[in-house]
Amino acid sequence: MKTASLLLASLLATAAAQAGSGKLLLTGGVSTLDGAAGGGLSPWALTGSYAAQGEWGATAFATGAKTSGYGLRGAGAALAWDERLEFSIARQRFDTENNLAPLGLPGLQLKQTIVGAKWRLAGDAVLDADRWQPQIALGLLHKRADPGAFGPTLTGPLGARRSGTELYLAATKLWLNHSLLTNLTLRASRANQNGLLGFGGAQDQRWRLSPELSLALLLAPQLAVGVEARAKPDALNRSVLGTGALKEDDWFDAFIAFTPNKHLSFTAAAVDLGRIAPALNPRRQRGAYLSVQLAF
Amino acid sequence: MLKTILLPLLLLLALPAQADDSLYSAWGEKAGIRAVMDDFVQRLPKHERIGRRFQAADPDHFASQLTEQLCELAGGPCSYQGPDMKLAHEGMTLKSGDFNALVEVLQAAMAARGIPFAAQNRMLAKLAPMHRDIVTR
Repeated sequence: MKTASLLLASLLATAAAQAGSGKLLLTGGVSTLDGAAGGGLSPWALTGSYAAQGEWGATAFATGAKTSGYGLRGAGAALAWDERLEFSIARQRFDTENNLAPLGLPGLQLKQTIVGAKWRLAGDAVLDADRWQPQIALGLLHKRADPGAFGPTLTGPLGARRSGTELYLAATKLWLNHSLLTNLTLRASRANQNGLLGFGGAQDQRWRLSPELSLALLLAPQLAVGVEARAKPDALNRSVLGTGALKEDDWFDAFIAFTPNKHLSFTAAAVDLGRIAPALNPRRQRGAYLSVQLAF
Repeated sequence: MLKTILLPLLLLLALPAQADDSLYSAWGEKAGIRAVMDDFVQRLPKHERIGRRFQAADPDHFASQLTEQLCELAGGPCSYQGPDMKLAHEGMTLKSGDFNALVEVLQAAMAARGIPFAAQNRMLAKLAPMHRDIVTR
């Protein structure tokens, strides 16, 4: 018994010593707002953490964004195995500040919980440097919104659902010769404002396939800069509040990611979240984004 | 008409075939490559994960073989005569993490010898596909 537990302890120690250390710096991406590994806004085909073949790895992150009219906070974690599978969970809290005061809901918080899974189907984004074929992964994000006191309006007259699932196919390729990483993600979704305003609407229940593009330039082993663009559905554009009242726009960001070592990374970005409920706040929501990730 | 389209296309196809020794130059030619390889083979046996695999290697011979290999890959006037990558790593059951650990040691050696980051990655782009001969999947 004692021998067995000693053996187990030493096995665990060996596993821990090797866990999540086998990949190259930044090749696990960073944590997206939704928890899956990728850029800031878009999930990539890379699996998170530094877990290489036969290894387990984990990440945890906290993200904050502040635009002119709104605030957003998120936190979550992901577990990866064998550069093949990734499971993630994230919580988001969107602070509407005083924008909903005209509806009698000042300071309302829109919350959301997201669980995700990602499965690498083919390719190696980093090591297959002599081939053009990208690493390809299929991902799923199941989201459940908690719109608080706005819930009755959202699910009633606006006709949105509280929960929804998104499916995405991501293709990531590191052009090592040029120190350039490219990613294209196609996401099938009905989410309004990423799910914070539920899924679909009374006038529009269709799934939309939206492209998302990320480019990142590696400047040094520990440093990358890049841009992202993410198209989004717009199911609440026509609603009982009038056409355009809840129109949503595509998202953009320009980021810099710095990883002093394999356990820590920081991502700072300038984000443009477009208009959010323009009937209440017509300004484009531009602002700053900051994220920290721990990896084990 | 066809000619005006075809000619640039053919030129484009011909481009990669041209001898390009810009990477060789960026590494400081053979002496520059040798300096990195000397550094590299000193670091390898000390690595926590993969060091034990390099305890028995003769550093001078190893560095010299690697220099020939990288010199050839970089477009330099060398011809690698060492063992085939697949044969050399047969039966070692190396994982992708072992391969990446080796890349990390190389990155440290390249940085220590002042190889510019872009030139580091251009060389890694030539070495990385070897994972298919080295890593047991």
